[in-house]
Amino acid sequence: MNIHAIRAIYGFEMARTWRTLLQSIVSPVISTSLYFVVFGSAIGSHMNGIDGVSYGAFIVPGLIMLSLLTQSISNASFGIYFPKFVGTIYEILSAPVSPLEIVAGYVGAAASKSIILGLIILVTARLFVPFQIEHPLWMLAFLLLTALTFSLFGFIIGIWADNFEKLQLVPLLIVTPLTFLGGSFYSIHMLPPFWQKITLFNPVVYLISGFRWSFYGVSDVSLGVSVGMTLVFLAACLALVWWIFRSGYRLKA
Amino acid sequence: MPPIISVKQLSKTYASGFHALKQIDLDIRQGEIFALLGPNGAGKTTLISIICGIVNPSEGTVLADGHDVVRDYRSARAKIGLVPQELTTDAFETVWNTVSFSRGLFGRSANPAHIEKVLRDLSLWSKKDSRLMTLSGGMKRRVMIAKALSHEPQILFLDEPTAGVDVELRRDMWAMVRALRATGVTIILTTHYIDEAEEMADRIGVINKGELILVEDKAELMNKLGRKQLTLQLQNRLEDIPQALSGYPLELSADGQQLVYTFDAQSEHTGIDVLLRQLGEAGIDFKDLRTSQSSLEDIFVNLVRERA
Repeated sequence: MNIHAIRAIYGFEMARTWRTLLQSIVSPVISTSLYFVVFGSAIGSHMNGIDGVSYGAFIVPGLIMLSLLTQSISNASFGIYFPKFVGTIYEILSAPVSPLEIVAGYVGAAASKSIILGLIILVTARLFVPFQIEHPLWMLAFLLLTALTFSLFGFIIGIWADNFEKLQLVPLLIVTPLTFLGGSFYSIHMLPPFWQKITLFNPVVYLISGFRWSFYGVSDVSLGVSVGMTLVFLAACLALVWWIFRSGYRLKA
Repeated sequence: MPPIISVKQLSKTYASGFHALKQIDLDIRQGEIFALLGPNGAGKTTLISIICGIVNPSEGTVLADGHDVVRDYRSARAKIGLVPQELTTDAFETVWNTVSFSRGLFGRSANPAHIEKVLRDLSLWSKKDSRLMTLSGGMKRRVMIAKALSHEPQILFLDEPTAGVDVELRRDMWAMVRALRATGVTIILTTHYIDEAEEMADRIGVINKGELILVEDKAELMNKLGRKQLTLQLQNRLEDIPQALSGYPLELSADGQQLVYTFDAQSEHTGIDVLLRQLGEAGIDFKDLRTSQSSLEDIFVNLVRERA
C-alpha cells in the first residue's frame, strides 16, 4: 500500500479546497442560509408541521443532503477532470499507485470536504430553526456514506467527461432535479399515490428519508431500506470505478 | 550485467487503427545515455509512454530493472522518472509543493534535504515559493525535471527535453544529464536536435514509422556510416575529369574549381596517397584541400530517407 501517495493526493486536493475557500465553503453556506431564511423562517412559520415536525426543522436534513450531494459530485468530478484537462494526469498514471490508492486520495478528499461543509451547514441551520438530533451516530453514518457514495459518483463523471459542459451536465440535469423531487421540501406521502410509486425509483429519496429519520425518528421509507439502497448505489459506483481502471477507459490509450 | 530496460516484441495499435509501434526489441544498458532519434510521429513518445505506464501496450513486454511494467508496475515505476514533452503544471501550486507532491506520489517519505538539493541543482531554489503560473517556460521545464527527480529514480526519461528551450538552459540541462549519469542514473532521451544526441549519447537508436531501424554505439555508428570526403581546391579550372583518374569516385563541381573524392574512413586503404600522386602526374595542381566527415544529421537523414 502506497500510503505516501494517498497522503500526497489527499493533501493536494485539500490544499485546493483551502485555496478556494470562498467558492468551496462560503458560497454553499450562504445559499443554504438563504433557503432557511425563506423556507424555514419566513414561509415555514405560516405552514403546518409535517409528521409532527415544524416545517423549518423538517427541511433541515433535506437541505444538508442537497448540499452534500451536489458538493460531493462537483468536488470529486472537478478533482479528477482538471488533471486530465491540463495534462498533469501523466504523473498519476506513471506513478507506482494502484487504482484503489488513487480513488482513496481523490474521493477521500472530496468526501472530507463535503462532510465538513455538511457540518457547517448543520450548525448554520441551528441559528435559524430549532431542532434536535435523535440518533447522532446514525446521522454521522448517513453523512459519511452519502458523501463517499456521491464523491465516487462524481469521480466517475470526472473521468467520463471530456469537456466542461459534460462536467456540469449530470449535476445540473439529473442530480438537482432528483434532489428536489426526492423529498427535500416535503414528505413523499404528500404526493398523489401514482407519483409516490414513481418517486421510489429515485435513489435520493432513500438518502433523505434515512437522514431525516436520524434527526426526528420519522421517515418515508424504513431505515433498513434506506441504508440498503445507499449501499447498493455505493457498490454500483465501486464496480464502475473498478472497470474504469481495469480497461483504462478515458485514462489510457 | 542485465539490461536496465528490456523491451521485447512491443507493438502498439491505437483505437484509431494507427500502428504506432511494430514489434520493437530494445535493451537499454545500465548507466548509459541512450538517445532515441526519429521524425515526428515515428513512435518515440508512444514507446516512452508504454514503458512509463501511460499507454497500454497491444503486444509484447517491457521489463524495467527486471520488473514487468504491467504486472509488477509498482516496483517498475518506482525506479522511473519521466519528463514529458508537454509543459503541464498545476498553475496554482508552488514549486516546493508540486515537487514534494511528486515525491509522495512515488511512495517516498518526505525528504526536504533532497528536494532542496534538486531545486538548487536546477537553479530553482530562489523560486521555491513561487506559483507555477508565474514562471517562464524555461523555468517550468526545470520544475518538470525536478518533479521527475524528486523520488531519486534510477532511470530517467527525457522526452524532447530541450524543445523550445534557450541556449543557456540547454547547456545547463546537458550538464545536469551528465552529472546524473555520473551518479549511475540511466538516461533515455528523445530529441529532434541531432547535435544533442551527437553531443550527449553513448548509444543511439533511430526509430521511423514505428520501427527501430538501428541501435548502435554513437562512435561506431558515426564511423561505420560516416563517409569522409576530400575536397581539393584546384589551381586551374578543369573541364573534365582526366581519363587517367576515371577509376576513382571523383566528382567535379559545376564551376570546375573543386574536385571531391569520397572515401571510407574505416578502410585499410583510403587511396588518398595514390590519388594525390596521380593528380600530380596528370598535372592537376591544387591550392587547398580539406577533409570532412558526415555528421550524425547526414547519417540520420540518409537512413530515414532510404526507408521512406
